[in-house]
Amino acid sequence: MSIVDKQKIVSANTDEGPQELRSRSDLTVSAVLRDVGAVLRMSESEVAAMAEVSGDVGEDQTMIINMGPQHPSTHGVLRLMLELQGETVLRCKPIIGYLHTGMEKTGESLTYMQGGSNVTRMDYLSCFNNELVFSMAVEKLLGIDGDIPERAVWMRMLLSELNRMSSHLMFLATNGMDLGAVSMMLYGWREREEVLRFFQKVTGLRMNHNFIRPGGVAADLPAGWRDDILEILESLPSRLEEYDILMTGQPIWRQRLQGVGVITAHEALALGLTGPILRSTGVAWDLRRDMPYLHYDQLEFDVIVGSYGDSYDRYSIRFNEIRESMRIVYQILEAMPQGDYRIQNKKVTPPPRARIDESMEALIHHFKIFTEGFKVPEGEVYTAIESPRGEIGCYIVSDGSAKPYRIHVRAPSFVNIQALPHMMRGGLIADAVAIISSVDPVLGEVDR
Amino acid sequence: MSEVETSVEQTVQQLYGCAMSQAFGQDVLFVPRDRYVEVIKSLFNDGFDVCIDLTGVDYLELPHRKVAEGVTAERFEVVVGLLSMTSHRRIRIRVQIPEADAVLPTLFYLHPGTEAHEREIFDMFGIVFEGHPDPTRILMPEDWDGHPLRKDYDRGEIPVQFKGAPS
Repeated sequence: MSIVDKQKIVSANTDEGPQELRSRSDLTVSAVLRDVGAVLRMSESEVAAMAEVSGDVGEDQTMIINMGPQHPSTHGVLRLMLELQGETVLRCKPIIGYLHTGMEKTGESLTYMQGGSNVTRMDYLSCFNNELVFSMAVEKLLGIDGDIPERAVWMRMLLSELNRMSSHLMFLATNGMDLGAVSMMLYGWREREEVLRFFQKVTGLRMNHNFIRPGGVAADLPAGWRDDILEILESLPSRLEEYDILMTGQPIWRQRLQGVGVITAHEALALGLTGPILRSTGVAWDLRRDMPYLHYDQLEFDVIVGSYGDSYDRYSIRFNEIRESMRIVYQILEAMPQGDYRIQNKKVTPPPRARIDESMEALIHHFKIFTEGFKVPEGEVYTAIESPRGEIGCYIVSDGSAKPYRIHVRAPSFVNIQALPHMMRGGLIADAVAIISSVDPVLGEVDR
Repeated sequence: MSEVETSVEQTVQQLYGCAMSQAFGQDVLFVPRDRYVEVIKSLFNDGFDVCIDLTGVDYLELPHRKVAEGVTAERFEVVVGLLSMTSHRRIRIRVQIPEADAVLPTLFYLHPGTEAHEREIFDMFGIVFEGHPDPTRILMPEDWDGHPLRKDYDRGEIPVQFKGAPS
């Protein structure tokens, strides 16, 4: 097949029409019904019996407006198309792709050693979780997932939990800002910065660390790490109580969030939602407890669940998960063992700097690992962990070379953002920002 | 522990008449294209009621990969990750899709959450999902040519021009 023929086929396949929300005149009644009914897994007759049929709204009464593309709530570049009747949102369609940089394609030309610095940029608010799930997938392919040194495992859990705290603090900040509680924005950022300062001390970077790598972690914890963490842990509870007074019990805050953006457990499961959004509907599902990885089965913590599935539940779940993570970090501080922080497998781990001057072999391994990378046996594997936003998964296909043949990241925000149309349906436009914020999407991860 | 192992052992060969294998301790089911929706529906009724992930792979450069016996390897594969929250298990479905006829029925009516995933696979691999309510591109611009994650898609390069630092 010539290149011209191939291009013909490709261009024939790409005539797929606009991505926008169609105007109401283009819309068939059955399409609207499918839109609502399929998610509820209803039969056609059940859907037909529902009151919400598009036929009763004329096109002259509605208006389609664009919200974005901009940073509606500092999560990234998201564009929503909303169909409004007065102030009521009839339909909504998130349009994404503005941050698409082809990271999955890029990942195919990076070695497993470099892959961490690629995936860590996807969900830039929970970098360690991205690195962790990628490393776990590579380790499973290498068959060394059981041999990771204890200290590395506990360090991974420590960083992952601190990351959850920083991510949720960031949520409190942006959620506050979106709803007009601007002082909360400053407080949230301040607290997050304290956690990031610790990350900087450990990894050298505030974000995008590339610290958790296949085989362990990049370096040992620095001197005085325990005191730094204790300082964070001791300063946080009183501040969280302050925020409780500032927001949780405050009537304006409650009225902005309660009953807004409701989603049921049924809908959430049908849409494949995970994380705090799923838990807000009352489904107690947390991979840390239900399909434990690392040593989460040795820890004691509660899975926070809500009962109404509204924005307020999602807010309080994240708020309380900060407290649960603190509880976990205290346990990790007690359990942190001594020992190696990365696997002593010369094919995977570069030799220590000092060895390079003494040993020819160490020099060769060092050179090989950093130029060619290490070879990973053929196969395909999927690993999943609980990120602050839900299940983050990594699917890697290896062809036996030093670079992944295909790397796919199951991004929780990509799935969660699909819940927006269902949360917004019938709501007010003024609540749209509150709902986006309560989903807590990271668009870097949505678009990858 | 031993109980779990034996139950896995029993299902290694077949499930709903489809070849099943193990990849690094994970269950992988090779489903023929014409039984795709039917098998996922059966799994749905057996408790695998959450579709957690749906992705594609272009095996253009890897035609002789390992697949279960009796399965003909084709250029494309669609990989579906199903999760059972009651039995805390996962199962992965691999469907072979020939290049000449890259079409697969949609899962939208069973798992509405796959809507965006299917659009993404169409966008990235050009696999068409029959019956999908909104078969448009999702990440690339709508007038984009080609499907970027295909292995024969030209990546292209923009040369980086380094300039001397001002002295």
